[in-house]
Amino acid sequence: MAKLSGLGGRLYRGETSVDFIGRRKIWYSFSLLLIVLSAVTIFTQGLHLGIEFKGGSSFTVNSTSASIQGAEEAVDTAGIQSQTIIQKIGNDKVRVQTDALSASQQAAVENALATKFGVSIDSIDSQIIGPSWGEEITRKAIQGLVGFLLVVMIYLAMALEGKMAIAAIIAVIHDVFITVGIYALVGFEVTPATVIGFLTILGYSLYDTVVVFDKVRENTKGIAASGRSTYSKAANLAVNQTIVRSFNTSLVALLPVGSILFVGAGLLGAGTLKDLSLALFIGLATGTYSSLCIATPILAGLREREPAMQALAKRVGNRADKPVAATTSSTNSTVERGPRNQPKRDRRR
Amino acid sequence: MSANKIANTQSRALRTITILLLSVVAFTGVAFAIGSTTFKLGLDLQGGTSVTLQPRIEAGANGSVTSESIDQAVAIIRQRVNSLGVAESEVAAQGTGANRQIIISVPGETGRRIVDLVGQTAELRFRPVLVEGAANATSVSTDPASLPAGVTPELSAQFASLDCTLPQNRQGASGGNETQAVVSCDRGGIAKYILAPAEVLGKQVTQATSLIDPQGGSGWYVTLDFDGEGTSKFGAMTSRLTSLPAPQNQAAIVLDGLVYSAPRINEAINTGTAQITGNFSQADAQDLANVLKYGALPLAFDRGEVQQVSPTLGAEQLRGGLIAGILGLLLVFIYSIVYYRGLGVVSVSSLLVATIMTLLSFLLLGEWIGFTLTLAGIAGAIVAIGITADSFIVYFERVRDEIREGKSIKSAVETGWIRARRTVVVADVVSMIAAIMLYFFAVGGVRGFAFTLGLTTIIDLIVVFFFTKPLVTYLAKFSFFNEGHSLSGFSAKSTGLVKSSTENLEA
Repeated sequence: MAKLSGLGGRLYRGETSVDFIGRRKIWYSFSLLLIVLSAVTIFTQGLHLGIEFKGGSSFTVNSTSASIQGAEEAVDTAGIQSQTIIQKIGNDKVRVQTDALSASQQAAVENALATKFGVSIDSIDSQIIGPSWGEEITRKAIQGLVGFLLVVMIYLAMALEGKMAIAAIIAVIHDVFITVGIYALVGFEVTPATVIGFLTILGYSLYDTVVVFDKVRENTKGIAASGRSTYSKAANLAVNQTIVRSFNTSLVALLPVGSILFVGAGLLGAGTLKDLSLALFIGLATGTYSSLCIATPILAGLREREPAMQALAKRVGNRADKPVAATTSSTNSTVERGPRNQPKRDRRR
Repeated sequence: MSANKIANTQSRALRTITILLLSVVAFTGVAFAIGSTTFKLGLDLQGGTSVTLQPRIEAGANGSVTSESIDQAVAIIRQRVNSLGVAESEVAAQGTGANRQIIISVPGETGRRIVDLVGQTAELRFRPVLVEGAANATSVSTDPASLPAGVTPELSAQFASLDCTLPQNRQGASGGNETQAVVSCDRGGIAKYILAPAEVLGKQVTQATSLIDPQGGSGWYVTLDFDGEGTSKFGAMTSRLTSLPAPQNQAAIVLDGLVYSAPRINEAINTGTAQITGNFSQADAQDLANVLKYGALPLAFDRGEVQQVSPTLGAEQLRGGLIAGILGLLLVFIYSIVYYRGLGVVSVSSLLVATIMTLLSFLLLGEWIGFTLTLAGIAGAIVAIGITADSFIVYFERVRDEIREGKSIKSAVETGWIRARRTVVVADVVSMIAAIMLYFFAVGGVRGFAFTLGLTTIIDLIVVFFFTKPLVTYLAKFSFFNEGHSLSGFSAKSTGLVKSSTENLEA
């Protein structure tokens, strides 16, 4: 841990530096590959939607004698002709999923299952979602997602410089696309809990981006006048300076999420907790990646096109040719290095 | 910053912390005083049934879904649910205007009966029988010339093809247009009917009672009392029917489109009472009487969502949520202490204050606005642990940055805060946007998550501004922190100002 803190200091001063922006082509191609792969799977395979979205019924029986075969027989007894999926969950649970059933069909299935496994009818957990209700939930989920993105975009455009907002939004859309792609590819079930986990993590990833951009803004203030470094270099320093913080916040966010996933998947088997934390987990990974490797490089790319920044890059490039004036290099820093030797920055109180 | 000014800041810091802690104690006192010492648990944590009903507009039916008709339906359903005497049942409309759903939640195991009961439209009609037939479908259509008065050839064809032995044809629903003749199944699937327009309606019933006939074989039955209009219409209908040939001397009692019974009328009934028989169990008869007593719903409903959670699963989910919460909190504690040393204590105590405030809000809001804690809500609170801890990290890292810039620890604590504050607020605004969007767009359980997420975001802001920051300011007074003791989290080594010995060896 002390090593990590020490690393924080070195990253802060630019002694140790990961060149996120210089390697932008690698990140872009990697992301492009993921996006193409996502698009292909989404269109060929589609998402595995939970019954909450498409309508259907689900019955869970808790019994040590629970078996798939027994459940099949019970469903046949009840005279249900719909397509049925029967899963065994853990050692003592069996789940039956069918199309949306009417009240009397529901009662028939519950009675048949209760009789078959010798349990009380009240111990059967059931959920029934009418098809039109499923459509309603789907519509609301899409509205929520679009509404969230819109409001966040407006907020970001107000809180950040225009180009920063564009870069942050591209990163968010990138996250949405890749996460949906992962769900299509692996075939994880998408439930309302998945959608909330996903929205939460979008907020989280944006916040990560905002913190990095705050630092970029600080580092690049008055950069054109001073001619110390190019925009890309200053932005890269910002990413490196915030990387320990990003790492810490992501890890700390991951610890509780991990404990939900552990309990949700390990102890409860299935349901809200598992779906929620799985989405958080996947989203956190893509979110952290995109704020470091997509958002900031895009921002640097956009800014480097400005004539002022191109002129700056030329000036800095010229100066770098003369070995004496390599002011950006700070590899020889030592303990004695006082505040005066620090890169100059806007000193606010 | 002058020494005097810093001393001032520190005493103010101590005062802020004291005020915050005293308010927490005061609110705890309030919670005990008003007796809210237990959490209100959602049905997914205590077991129970919840049903979401969506209003349905049927083809050809008159009337439309209006805000008033939904309010009326809520009132009727509430009476029906209350008549069963289950404590803590709730009936509420969700959404806006005519685009609303009705959500019924009933804790415990009685839920199943309530689901069947509440969704019934309970449209009661008395219709004279025109044609009676065996339940199965026939391909033979009757010669149009021999059809009784009031039966069109279309109706006859419809009647012939209707198969009442199939359960899906006996779902019942709306009883069709009351001024037209209809085809209808018997509830038990043993007969089918063509029925004349309704002559007496359920709204003309003033009282319904379930009774048992100990001598006669009819078992449980329901008696009805009519109002003045109902009495005269029922009298007129019965006196007219007595003289007709079978099966047209029968009057069908139709509830939600199904024929409950179609007794032969032997004499005119002018007393203003009628009976519904039909092999009822006691519960069936009581439920039917209740449904009729409180009137028909002004709308037909679809079961949008039915969720039945057994108490076992509820307890299991509650336990799971608590384990996940405690585990998550412990992991973050351990990480804070290991990584931030002395500052970790600040982080742990801030999290504890935030946890206490969250639990307290759950208790008080449960009492004041009926907030119920659901599994999704618990998950929201657990996710919030990370968000809250992040605020401290942003602040601590910022202070370390200031120290790296060469500031003294005492002033780094203050200047770092000014910059971290902005980031923390931006982050919390994004969280808040997420919570608000989720709350207004989402349905059901998702709302619980959004609510706790929003609540804990506010708590996060309160804790960071009025506890964490003042605590750090106050601790900066002690030499353990301001001289950068190796365990304080502000040491030259943790900020990376000195290379650690191992790194020197590596170099």
